[in-house]
Amino acid sequence: MNAVAKPSMPTARLVTWGGFAALLVVAPLLLSSSLALNILSQIGYLIIICLSYNMKLGQGGMLSFGHAVYTGLGSFAAVIAINYFSNHNIGLPLVVVPLVGGLVGALVAVPLGYVSTKKAGTTFAMISLGIGELVVAIAMMLPDVFGGDGGISINRTYGQPLLGVTFGPQIQVYYLIAVYCFVCTALMFAFTGTPLGRMLNAVRDNPERVAFIGFNTQLVRWYSFIISGFFAGIGGALAAINFEIFNAADALSGLKSGAYLLFTFLGGVTFFFGPIIGAILMVLASVLLSELTSAWLLYLGFVFLIMVMYAPGGVASLIMVNVRMAHFGKLRRLWGLYGGLLVTGVVMMLGVAALIEMIYHRQLNAGAGPVVQYLGVPLDTGAVTPWLGAAALAVVGWALMEGVRRRFARAWSTAQEEIESEIQARGALQ
Amino acid sequence: MTYAIELKDLRKSFGKTEIIRGANLAVQPGERVAVIGPNGAGKSTLFNLISGRLTPTSGEVWLNGQRIDGKKPYEINRLGLARSFQITNVFPKLSVFENLRCGALWSLGHRYTFLRFLSSLTDANERAETLLRQVGLAGKRDVLAINLTYAEQRALEIGVTIAGGASVILLDEPTAGMSTTETTHFINLIREVTEGKTLLTVEHDMGVVFGLADKIAVVVYGEVIAFDTPERVRADARVQEAYLGSPVADAQGGMH
Amino acid sequence: MEFFTISLLNGLSYGLLLFMLSSGLTLIFSMMGVLNFAHASFYMLGAYLAYLISGVVGYWPALIVAPIAVGLLGALFEQVCLRRVHKFGHVPELLVTFGLSYLVLEVVQLIWGRAVVPYGLPEQLQGPLFSIYGTQFPKSRAFIMLVAVLMLLSIWLVLTRTRIGYIIQAALTHPDTVEALGHNVPRVFMLVFGGGAALAGLAGVVAGNTYVTEPAMAYAVGPIIFVVVVVGGMGSLAGAFLASLLIGVIQTFAVAIDRSLGDLLAGMGMQVTASGGLEQVLRLTVAQVAPILPYLFMVLILIFRPKGLLGTRET
Repeated sequence: MNAVAKPSMPTARLVTWGGFAALLVVAPLLLSSSLALNILSQIGYLIIICLSYNMKLGQGGMLSFGHAVYTGLGSFAAVIAINYFSNHNIGLPLVVVPLVGGLVGALVAVPLGYVSTKKAGTTFAMISLGIGELVVAIAMMLPDVFGGDGGISINRTYGQPLLGVTFGPQIQVYYLIAVYCFVCTALMFAFTGTPLGRMLNAVRDNPERVAFIGFNTQLVRWYSFIISGFFAGIGGALAAINFEIFNAADALSGLKSGAYLLFTFLGGVTFFFGPIIGAILMVLASVLLSELTSAWLLYLGFVFLIMVMYAPGGVASLIMVNVRMAHFGKLRRLWGLYGGLLVTGVVMMLGVAALIEMIYHRQLNAGAGPVVQYLGVPLDTGAVTPWLGAAALAVVGWALMEGVRRRFARAWSTAQEEIESEIQARGALQ
Repeated sequence: MTYAIELKDLRKSFGKTEIIRGANLAVQPGERVAVIGPNGAGKSTLFNLISGRLTPTSGEVWLNGQRIDGKKPYEINRLGLARSFQITNVFPKLSVFENLRCGALWSLGHRYTFLRFLSSLTDANERAETLLRQVGLAGKRDVLAINLTYAEQRALEIGVTIAGGASVILLDEPTAGMSTTETTHFINLIREVTEGKTLLTVEHDMGVVFGLADKIAVVVYGEVIAFDTPERVRADARVQEAYLGSPVADAQGGMH
Repeated sequence: MEFFTISLLNGLSYGLLLFMLSSGLTLIFSMMGVLNFAHASFYMLGAYLAYLISGVVGYWPALIVAPIAVGLLGALFEQVCLRRVHKFGHVPELLVTFGLSYLVLEVVQLIWGRAVVPYGLPEQLQGPLFSIYGTQFPKSRAFIMLVAVLMLLSIWLVLTRTRIGYIIQAALTHPDTVEALGHNVPRVFMLVFGGGAALAGLAGVVAGNTYVTEPAMAYAVGPIIFVVVVVGGMGSLAGAFLASLLIGVIQTFAVAIDRSLGDLLAGMGMQVTASGGLEQVLRLTVAQVAPILPYLFMVLILIFRPKGLLGTRET
């Protein structure tokens, strides 16, 4: 008996990848402000970085707190290479510099990966943290080599223009990033369909069993670790090219590693495209959200915590779960409840955010007087009314949301049960 | 004569407690051996010692004339020994087909390569398809292992075990938790897929034992006290004293 | 000689502080399989709460109240958040504690600001305990050692002599059996997590005014206690003890040595001439290299003795 024929598979593939490529090409033309271009460029290389991180976490089950080592050293390699090329008049164009970063990332991953992959699970996580700290500490110890506090800056327009392109203007850098983004994404996707990629998944699911089908678990992890390091290095190199500076304390820091972890997880580790969403969220949060409110890290922490507890598959899984609902025609009945959740959620958030903003204002901007601008409304943090009002809003909003949430949960599980029985019925017919 | 499996005075202690106290066994190639014994006798421990999951405290384990005690599990597997587990031990988030294909990869020579696509490995794909039919899961090709029924998971477990083409198969309580019909079906499945191979299986169900095995090895308190054909083992006084000789066992023996 | 004694004492007090922290971490990990990434955050909370409370009623009440408060917060977190992700596995558990560490940091900065807070020593702990060869050994450091030893003793007593201790030990390896016997295992877990948090908080109370109390204090000590636990062997209290003292002492000694690596090598009879990067490395003083020593130690252990110094578990 053959597997069910899926003639639309190649077409679906083509559409997805073609669409992705088209989006990459067209995006800066639609959003052409310099801020937008900056955001798009950052998203471009962060997609590579987050996908490389998910190779460890989502595909391999290796929770790493030290990914910044590989991206950071890729950045470092890039600036050193560029300075070397320009100082010694070597004709290697900017386009190959990311590959240098990738090579360095992979090379560093060889010894560090060997040590790291000796253990799995939570021990691996701690080791990755320790190694990350080790590398930062070494870099800080050698300021002449790693640039110290001032960092190392470069001029990305070094050398001869390549076919008329100097990579001075941001738009040209964007397209360089976009090309690498597309190619690396495609390569990392291809990896998931190779024997090593699949065995990596097997190791994640059941490392003991893997040994009993003939594979050395540590080697599977180690090789994948190196490949992940390669792509991380490319991403890091592109970051250095984008900002034209490398700062060791920032690029190699545990904070950066933590950010990669946080946003890749938010995006979703169980689907291939999850980290892409994570990369987008990361840039939007750090560039836009941070402008909106100084409490953005607090919100981020909350969102992350809620995600881990209630939606450990991230945004990607939330999307896919709803896609499944729609596929079975059950999504329609949930629209109203989604709307209710949105409205009550917004009410609650208005109250909570007001409270947080007022607290932050008193803490950080006390010198600017007691009044804080909250969504255009001036709130006097010295008076009692705004506090009571905000608290009331928060509590009422939360209570209402709880009510809607319960009805939503009921409707959801009913729909799930219906889907299950439909699948059973279809299965029985086979 | 090269034995498929040979245990020479095998011992294993956990701290001060000696669990395996000098086990000796010599299984010829192609033999089907059922390993029986009271609970806690050390049957699973023996399997773990043979397959490399545990290291012996002393003694030797030989596989097809090669000494394997102290080797790592993946090394032992590559020398031609495969095992299944008492608690289903497959890859939950991979589909049935993927599970089987993974089991076949190493033996077909596809190592840690990332330069070829799984979809292009015709030998691995064909082997997986064959296994799919053999274990009777053809209708569940793309179902995730975690979504299978218990019996189906056990069937997949066997499939993954034999996927690598090992010549010596260890099955640890393959029919544990199954109903009578499921068990009968399973015995036939096991008999088919282990045609021509050496089989060691730990079993509690006497029906399975007498229906499947050429020889029975009786393990009591960490020693192999008898290793012979079913009739002679049944008649052995020591075995009767230690294990068989109960009405329940006789009843089960008559069922399958 | 005086350098050796003082450094040894300082190293021991630092090592015992590390042990106060890593013991709680090891207990939580052994009992629940959860690696508490927020452990250092509880340490920080202990310091800040002690600062708050001692400003109101004085240091000595704070010594009792602050750890209890931190313990309660830990227990609350376990009940609300950790318990919910327990079924997802160990990685999500680690992630949820990671999220907590983020939150605690932000909230602490929100309430107390980003600068150092003046959490000072009480009268009784100021000044030197004794002087050796002209160098002083502060009372506060001796106090840390005292608290650490008392803490260790009480943990040992509780675990081996009390009923709840037996239950905890049993629930460590056989939670289902313990639950079948009628004990409330989730409640035991909450107790253990809260207890571990309280221990970390206690460490914060005594360390916060001896060293510095600021938002960065959690991250300053967090990675090191993970190293301690890996080096000592996951799940081994004795290993954590040994590793804490070792790392504490070595670290303290190293920080006090102002000779460069080149000098050291010359002292050992090796004259090394080098240029460029290597020369820079040799010019570094041991004190400058000190921060990486724990991590270097960890890498060496992983290569040569992956189980850890006294580890018994294979994770």
